[in-house]
Amino acid sequence: MSSNTDFLLAVEDLTVSFDGFKAINGLNFYMDEKELRVVIGPNGAGKTTLLDLICGKTKPTEGSIKFRGKELTKLPEHRIVWEGVGRKFQTPSIYDSLTVRENLEVSYPRGRGVWGAVAFKRDEALREKTHEIASVVLLAEALETEAGLLSHGQKQWLEIGMLLMQDPALLMLDEPIAGMSARERELTAELLNRLAGKHSIIVIEHDMNFVKQIGRKVTVLHQGTILAEGDMETVQSDRRVIDVYLGH
Amino acid sequence: MNAKLDFLDGRNGLVSLLVLAALILIVFPLAMGVDQLNLTGRFLSFSFVAVGLVLCWGYGGILSLGQGIFFGIGGYCMAMFLKLEASTPEATAIQTTPGIPDFMDWNRLTELPWFWVPFHSLTFTLLAILVLPAAFAYLMGIAMFKRRVSGVYFAIITQALVVILTILLVAQQGFTGGANGITDLRTLKGWSINTDEALVTLYFITAVLLLAVIVLGKWLLHTKFGRILIAMRDREDRVRFSGYDVANFKAFAFCIAATFSAIGGAMFTLQEGFMSPSLIGIIPSIEFVIFAAVGGRLSLIGAVYGALAIGFLRIAFAEAYPQLWLFLMGTVFIVVVLFLPMAWPGSTRNMRLGRAAC
Repeated sequence: MSSNTDFLLAVEDLTVSFDGFKAINGLNFYMDEKELRVVIGPNGAGKTTLLDLICGKTKPTEGSIKFRGKELTKLPEHRIVWEGVGRKFQTPSIYDSLTVRENLEVSYPRGRGVWGAVAFKRDEALREKTHEIASVVLLAEALETEAGLLSHGQKQWLEIGMLLMQDPALLMLDEPIAGMSARERELTAELLNRLAGKHSIIVIEHDMNFVKQIGRKVTVLHQGTILAEGDMETVQSDRRVIDVYLGH
Repeated sequence: MNAKLDFLDGRNGLVSLLVLAALILIVFPLAMGVDQLNLTGRFLSFSFVAVGLVLCWGYGGILSLGQGIFFGIGGYCMAMFLKLEASTPEATAIQTTPGIPDFMDWNRLTELPWFWVPFHSLTFTLLAILVLPAAFAYLMGIAMFKRRVSGVYFAIITQALVVILTILLVAQQGFTGGANGITDLRTLKGWSINTDEALVTLYFITAVLLLAVIVLGKWLLHTKFGRILIAMRDREDRVRFSGYDVANFKAFAFCIAATFSAIGGAMFTLQEGFMSPSLIGIIPSIEFVIFAAVGGRLSLIGAVYGALAIGFLRIAFAEAYPQLWLFLMGTVFIVVVLFLPMAWPGSTRNMRLGRAAC
């Protein structure tokens, strides 16, 4: 812990208090490059709040969040994205009125300024990237479909695809399989396992079967602090985790 | 498939643009006398504001109830230039201080205020009409959007600013002509603007400028900027977390709408022959929104029909039942907003969802 620049993400002594309620309380959390981490924990443990803090949606009361050695807590949301942090929300956040293609294109990290957007031209690189990502998230057939017409699971995939367009170093997925069918869950687990070698990924999830399918290292949050951390077996056999979360 | 659809949309768009162009450039001038054409020209100058609102409200979701501010900036800039031209020392020889606008003399000003001086220049005036509203909209926009003021709160603040502006204009009589506004405008670079011939010419200039503004708006909506505008309306947070500074994009849309409005204001002054606070206050500002809503909110071209329809309806109805007019217009607005929230029936599903109608 001597130098937190070795980590991709180093969250230290992080506290956020909402009217005295500490949703995150003195949290320390580290992640390596290309690591896939699953964060679990009971409702109200602070899982979503942690992601909110990292992506800048919520500002911390105390503590620091360093991403590749750069302090994120001082940056506005869009600059944190520029640093390489992508966030998927719990309910699919996509643009219903735009087609799948346009959803992906809007997320492409060029033409991000007003004038850049006005002058932006679609080119071959964008077309290729769009196709590549669309097939990764299993939407290659649906490029011209209006996103509002997609199934719930496809919307979740589309949002993951939108993040991938940004080519982020860190992907943060908040309950990516919520509302998915069994088959879709399986496909999503495969998708995440494929992505794991290329990006660092934080996944928040409740479904323990799903966690087993993707989980390498698991962090258990409880009342705003880390209760346990380690591989699936260690965490599952941890007395305190069984008490507060998994049940007997 | 996409390319073909784009092309079809493009062709439909082209047809509706040509229909509008034929209507305002050929049909109206042939069918109408000068007075009626001049009246129509004034409705067309209101359309500029409505077209701007389609961009920033219909597509960007930014409802401004204060577009009168920008219509007024354009209108007043033009009026100031024309007034100075009309206030030659010879024409104002009977005043205590000849050479300044008459209302200044009545208010015992003995010297032209500094901010009036540059309006001797037509070039400066034209630049001011384009730049001032955008600059003001940018300041307003950044101040509010950076603080995440949006929706109803934004609308209320713009409304308040309109009230402040009109109160200011009325109170500073010596500088602005007060409640009467700036009247008695005669010539533009020596060219009389009150003759029949001039009114017809001004009508055509307005119509051509309006078409140009619509084409510019369509072009903007087809850029990535246009898609981000729609994206912001759908999911503002998603746009922010895709790496865009949402405030800048909103401010830009607001600036464009402001400049469009100001061009309309300037053309209005030229055709009406005066500019006054009553033309830019709360009621006109809300009417502009009604024009855009009646036109379908997502159609730049529809905004023009909205302005024309309400304009002609007012003429037809207000003469017969002046007291009922406001109630009727209010009803039209409520019906349109409640039952036709995005577009007229018969338009495509795409249009309802906010695409391709641009």
